Amino acid sequence: MSSKEWPLWEVFIRSKQGLSHKHVGSLRAADAQMAIDNARDVYTRRSEGISIWVIESKLVTASDPDESAEFFEPSESKIYRHPTFYNVPDGISHM
Amino acid sequence: MTTQEAFYNYIVRLGDDSLILGQRISEWCGHGPILEEDIALTNIALDLIGQTNNLYELAVSIENKGKNIDQLAFLRLEKEYSNLLLVEQPNVDFGYTIVRQFFFDVYRKLVFESLCNSTDERLAGIAEKSLKETKYHLKHSSEWVIRLGDGTEESHRRVQEAVNTLWKFTDELFYQDEVDQNVIELGLGVDNSIFKATWNTHVEQVLTEATLTIPTNSWQHTGGRKGIHTEHFGYLLSEMQYMQRAYPNMEW
Repeated sequence: MSSKEWPLWEVFIRSKQGLSHKHVGSLRAADAQMAIDNARDVYTRRSEGISIWVIESKLVTASDPDESAEFFEPSESKIYRHPTFYNVPDGISHM
Repeated sequence: MTTQEAFYNYIVRLGDDSLILGQRISEWCGHGPILEEDIALTNIALDLIGQTNNLYELAVSIENKGKNIDQLAFLRLEKEYSNLLLVEQPNVDFGYTIVRQFFFDVYRKLVFESLCNSTDERLAGIAEKSLKETKYHLKHSSEWVIRLGDGTEESHRRVQEAVNTLWKFTDELFYQDEVDQNVIELGLGVDNSIFKATWNTHVEQVLTEATLTIPTNSWQHTGGRKGIHTEHFGYLLSEMQYMQRAYPNMEW
């Protein structure tokens, strides 16, 4: 089976209007249309979404885990970049 | 035949089509060709069982004899089921399953579209909800018919074989008798003869795109609506009814 396996696709779902698409997982499909259909069946059975994006996994360029020290650690000590001195007004959600 | 009897029979027929096809597709659970398709088929089976539930609830309320829907689903004899012969045909392979589904979905979409205008509001409501499900089933089965027909040599051969074998059950989709005439007159049910041409055109269009041909052999098989089933049906029933027969009135 392994040599005949369909391409892997990454699935992104928007759960409701105003929110962004979020990565939910991956699946196998022969083409983009099948990937959308499969995503609908696998990831939205319990009304999780109103919109689906799929992209072939091989098209995703990822950061290198071996470089995570120089990539991510320098920002950890720079707390002044966080807008922690603002009060979020009541009624603002999704912040 | 009173209107009440005709309407009851009409609804039971619709419900039986959903139940038996749902049962057939559910046999794929855990056996699908890939995980994603396994879930897709199971979703369709669940949609169909859900439709059955709604239709049987309506049927028992029309009949008004205090029956419950489990009795309808699990405690009738073979001759008392009135589903189309098409839906009881065995799964054989994924190709057969998809072709059977495709023939049924094209038909079912037309039925539910018309039933949205039924003079019975309850039935119109069920039709509206079921139509959305059916449209997706049709999209799913059409895409697969094209993919398999226009796929590899083997997939083409298998799916063409399924078309050849199942074609003889397609005339029955348009079967009519006194039950239909009764409900058509009152606007409760649909006159399925008016969309036979639409069904043919739609099916031809997809099969052509799939590089498949419609068999010219015109011999057609009927009997399901009158309770005369093919030999496969008894096996299906014995599996489906086992639990209710072995443990009467059990609930789960």
